[in-house]
Order: sequence, then structure tokens, then C-alpha cells
Amino acid sequence: MLKPEESATTGADLLVKALIDEEVEVVFGYPGGAVLPIYDSLFKQNRLRHILVRHEQAAVHAAEGYARSTGKVGVVLVTSGPGATNAVTGLTDALMDSIPIVCLTGQVPTHLIGNDAFQEADTTGITRPCTKHNYLVKAVSDLARTVHEAFYVARSGRPGPVVIDLPKDVLMNKHEYTAPPKVAVTHKSYRPQTQPDPKKIEQAIEMIANAKRPVFYAGGGIINAGPKASKLLTQLVHLTGYPVTNTLMGLGAFPASDKQFLGMLGMHGTYEANLAMHGCDVMINIGARFDDRITGNLTKFSPGSKKIHVDIDPSSINKNVRVDLAIVGDAGIVLDELVKAWKAKQPKVDQKALKAWWAEIETWRARNCLAYKPNTQVIKPQYALERLYHHIKDRDHYITTEVGQHQMWAAQFLKFEQPNRWMTSGGLGTMGYGFPAALGVQIAHPEALVIDVAGEASILMNIQELSTAAQYRLPVKIFVLNNHYMGMVRQWQELLHGGRYSESYSESLPDFVKVAEAFGAKGLRCDDPAKLDDTIKEMIELKHPVIVDVIVDEKENCFPMIPSGAAHNEMLLGPDDKQSAQVSEEGMVLV
Amino acid sequence: MSKDSAIVAHTISVLVANEPGILARVVGLFSGRGYNIESLTVAETNAKESQSRITIVTKGTPMIIEQIKAQLDRLVPVYRVRDLTVEGPHIERELALVKVKGVGEKRVEALRLADVFRAKVIDAKSDSFVFEVTGNTDKVQTFIGLMEELGLVDVVRTGIVAMSRGGEAL
Repeated sequence: MLKPEESATTGADLLVKALIDEEVEVVFGYPGGAVLPIYDSLFKQNRLRHILVRHEQAAVHAAEGYARSTGKVGVVLVTSGPGATNAVTGLTDALMDSIPIVCLTGQVPTHLIGNDAFQEADTTGITRPCTKHNYLVKAVSDLARTVHEAFYVARSGRPGPVVIDLPKDVLMNKHEYTAPPKVAVTHKSYRPQTQPDPKKIEQAIEMIANAKRPVFYAGGGIINAGPKASKLLTQLVHLTGYPVTNTLMGLGAFPASDKQFLGMLGMHGTYEANLAMHGCDVMINIGARFDDRITGNLTKFSPGSKKIHVDIDPSSINKNVRVDLAIVGDAGIVLDELVKAWKAKQPKVDQKALKAWWAEIETWRARNCLAYKPNTQVIKPQYALERLYHHIKDRDHYITTEVGQHQMWAAQFLKFEQPNRWMTSGGLGTMGYGFPAALGVQIAHPEALVIDVAGEASILMNIQELSTAAQYRLPVKIFVLNNHYMGMVRQWQELLHGGRYSESYSESLPDFVKVAEAFGAKGLRCDDPAKLDDTIKEMIELKHPVIVDVIVDEKENCFPMIPSGAAHNEMLLGPDDKQSAQVSEEGMVLV
Repeated sequence: MSKDSAIVAHTISVLVANEPGILARVVGLFSGRGYNIESLTVAETNAKESQSRITIVTKGTPMIIEQIKAQLDRLVPVYRVRDLTVEGPHIERELALVKVKGVGEKRVEALRLADVFRAKVIDAKSDSFVFEVTGNTDKVQTFIGLMEELGLVDVVRTGIVAMSRGGEAL
């Protein structure tokens, strides 16, 4: 606690007090010259826990993992100049995936701003396009109020990252504290709309009730709206008897084991989910944004459907796909209204049509699109994930991923029954996200089993965080599907560039077992399908951070796949489909 | 061209908090998302509330224009966004300073045309004038065009400011 004589508060002390009042428990950070006063204030108290990362990018990803798995705001503290610029990737990631983050950056003293001082960067300039909002605090009298506002902006509406740039003199000047406002703040210009228009709820009920081939398409907005929103979605889906598919960011919003669940949709989504999207007559999008990974070729996207779009962000509506009914509001509140209205009206659904629709869906489902050719000699990555899921499904577990093939396989083969259990970099696609994110999750859930499903290339992008894991004894498990390739790059080179594997081979890989040991973690390796179960069990039992180097089939590709520029009904189901894959010139330029 | 792909100019009024960086946020949004700015004006309009009014003329398909408005409205320091082009009749004005150099007949002709366009002489030397001309873009454009033949040497324009007709505020 602050000693009485020190309570004549400096900016740094005010800041710490403001963070405590915002119910912050953990700060992920890295010290430096400009933030020394804050680190001094942190030293003098014991309410806030500081987790020292080894790179500022990892601080933001860890805060993202913390935020996504708890629903709270993740807090980051970095110094000026390189501290701030290193955080930029994490901030952009949080912006794309709507993760609430408050990032405190040090800044050179106000009188030096603009002088190209040591470790000076135009942080508000650099972070303007990659934050929801940012602040440069020029006077200590503004500091506490700005912090409270920043938390409000980060967590309300469509959540996102907020940067507060703090010049060193502001941190050292003294001022009285301003407590957070008791009642919900009304910001003078920022007022997100959370309550839907009741008329539109009525219209939506009518459209949903009259559907013959409906599908619910649910995204990350439901996760952001809190666990209650997932329960309400489940209720609405059960009330209607309609099929539901989740986006990558929405996995866990609807229980994967439920028979009304079609799996994930999109570029590597299931056959049944994508064909249901293509053939539906009413699409009910709740908290998703018609991302290009979802829609494929826009001109051929779900051509015959009426579309309802529920989103808290008006700019998401009619951005990519023109919709027939737009409802601006919080996904949880809208779902609550829809469930209430449905129960009150008890509309009659065309059961005959619905039965026929389900019969059609079942024929697609019967294609068993996630099937792969088993092998007793080499470990198939899909098999590794199936076995992993088998061993963790009855434990309290959280999954994070890096980016690439392993990420898509994890999305396909691990099943999520609850929200907030799945942390992945969806929008930005940041390699190096998963491991630091897992550290943030483990900090929030010390007893849970936290696993980063990784590739051998991605894990090297933030491998230094093994040191953080060791320091705080965070028993995070890194499950590396090691195929000696940047797998997704290799897959695209195979399908689109004549198999010219330019720079995608993972040359000169380190020995991951030794890497783990060098950092004080445990390392395991498995290259035999018959021994995989034992390795996974051993990994789970170990109370240490663990890297498991799973040597998998080098040439396995991730299917199903909608090739670039193709439509949902033009997906490739497996390697045998390759010949028929004709990627248009338009498709070639797409990412 | 179909209605959905026709590119139309829209005049958009944005009421913002007059704080550092606000113009950068607005301009950055346009450049970052690949929108056009045909004209942009900004100045504080309410000192007590510390509010500024930005007038932007932009071009795009209806879907892009809708996006631009939603993206502007999403910025934290933005109070209100109004599309004057779709929200009923409005008035647009811009001001230009036009410097013309010349002697003899041309000088007399410049002065005569200035009178026709109700442009004011705000600086005069024996061989030059600076005219101040106000009006809609067409008028300003036409005046500048005419001056080109009479010794135009310099032009500066404010860009468009606009307001709805009638008694309603933004």
C-alpha cells in the first residue's frame, strides 16, 4: 500500500490508483526510462500484479489472452519509443478482433516532444489507425479522468485497444486524484448504441419464423457480449430448431457437441456449414462481420438469401454484403429480445420445409468433410489434435493458437462447448500470438490446463516468452505440430504457384526439447503415432511449461478449402479435388 | 450504370470535439480506407463547447458513402455526422482569392468581370489585383477560368462549407 507521506500523489501514483479503481489486477509490461516513475509506484504497492514479459508485442498478446478468457480489460505497460512501436502488432491484432485493451505507453517529457529525443516516437500518430482511440496526456490534472475514460471506451460498444501516452513529466508532477464516476458515464461524443430498435426485432422474428431454409451465422460479437449471450443464442437456436454455424472468432458461442451445430464456416469451414450458407433462404448473422475468409467470392455469396445482420458497430453493416435487415445493438441484448419475442409470439415454423432442409444438410454432413487418410507410420496433424482433444475434453481447459494450418486444424478438430475458451488471432492473423496469449490465460486461470496449439515456424516468433513462463511458473503447454514448413504458405504454393516452395521450408530449426530445457521448461518429442497418447498424457501431467515437438506429416494440406475467389459451393474437399481447383486470375491476387 | 455502382459526390458535415489530432483521425480514416477527399474545411464553430465543424466533399458508390459516414461516426471525438446531399436542400459556398497580373485592356476587363461576379478587390497594385470571390463551386471555377486569359498568377480556395436550408441546426 502507499505510505501516507507519499499519498500527495504524483502522476504515476495517480495512475496506479486509477488502475486499481478500474479493478485491474494484472498488468503485462516491460520497463524503460520513460515509465520508471510508474515502475516505482508499482514497487510501492501490492494490489496490482506486474508480469514482466520479454518483448512488448508479447505483453499485448498476453493481455489479449487475459481479456478474451475473462471478459475483463487487458492492461499493458510499455516504455516510449521502441516499447510503443513493438506493441503496435498487438494493438492492431486487438483492434481487428475487438479485444478490450488499455495500453499505457511512456513518452518523453512534454518539453522534448517533437525534438527527436532519445526513445521518442510519435506514439499517438503511429497508433491512431491501430487503436479504437488514443490519448496523449499533457497535464497531470487530466490523467485520472483520462484513464477512467480509456477503460470505458475500451470495454463499451465494440471493444478495442486504447492507448494512453504518458510523458514522463506528467508522471512526476503532482495533483489530486479523480475517482471514476459512480454512475455510468455519458461521454460527450461517444455513445455506442446497445439497445436495438424494437420494430426491427419484430421484423426479424417474422423473417426468422417464415424461413424455409434458415441458418444462424454467429460470430465473436457473441463472445464479447458475455457468457449470457452464448446461453441466449443456444436458447434461440433450440427454440427455432434451426441449424447454426460459428465463425473462427465465434467458436464456443454455441456448444460444438449439439446436433444443431454445423461446425465452423468459411475458407476452411465444414462442407455442411458452407453449403447451408450458400443454399439458405434466411441468414441470421449475429455478431459476425462478413469477413472475406467467410464469404469467399462476394458476388456468389449466398445468392438466394434474405440476410439479417445484428452488430454493435454500424460500420460493419453493409460493408461487404448488403443485408435486408440491419439491427444495431449489443448481441446479448438483441438475443434476449429475440428470445422473449419468440416465446411471446410462438410463431409457427414450416416444419415440413425445415425437415427437408435438415435432410439436405444431413447429406452434406454425411460427406464427413474432415476425414483424412490415417497413417500408422507418420503422425497426421489431424490425428494429433483428435488425440489431444480426447485427453483434455474432461478437464478445465483453454486453447490458444498461432497462425497457419495448425490453427485451422485446431478450429476443426477441437470442440468448444463454452465461450471464452478459444483464443486465436482471427483478423490480423498474427504468427507469434498464441504462446504469449496462453501466458495471459494461465495468469487469469492458474489451475486450468492452457494449451497453445502451434506450428514450428510460428512458435519461433515469440519463443523468448519461455523465460516469462519459467519466471512465473506458468505451466502452459505448447503443442507444436512440426511439419518443417510454414504449412499454410506451402499449401498455397502447392495449389497456386506450381509447387515452387519459395522460402517456406523451416530450415535450421532448433532442437525444441533443448530449447525448452535451456529456458527451464520441459521438452518432449514424439514422431510415432503409437506413442502419441503417452506423450500427450505426460505433457498434461507435467506441472511445468512444456514444449511438445510433434513431428507430423510434412505434406498434409488443410481441407476443406474454398480457394481464393471461389464460392461456398466450389470448395475443395481433399487432395483428390486438387485437379479441379481452378483459381481465377482474380482469385490469385486475393490473400 | 446501375444505381449501386454510380459514383456520386456527397457533402458531409461532421461535428467534432476540437481536440489535438482530430483532423488527423478524419484524414487518416480517408487515406487508410482508400476514400476520396474532394474538399475539406475545418474550423472551431463553438468555442464554449470546444466543437469544430468539418465539411467534407467526397465521392463514392452508395455503399462506400454509407461506409464513410459510419466510419466517421465511430470515431470517439465525433458528435454527429450528416450527409447534406441526401438530407434535403442545403447551401454550399466557397471562397477564393484570385491574383491577376496585367496592364491596359486586360486589367480593365478583369475588373469588369470581377464586378459581374461580385468579386471584391482586396488588394491592388498598379499592375495587379487580388480578388475575393464567394459562391458555389461552379461560380468560383468559372471566375478563375475567365481570369486565366487575363493574367491569372495565383489562386487559393477554402474548399466547400455547407449548411442545410431552414431553421434546423446540425
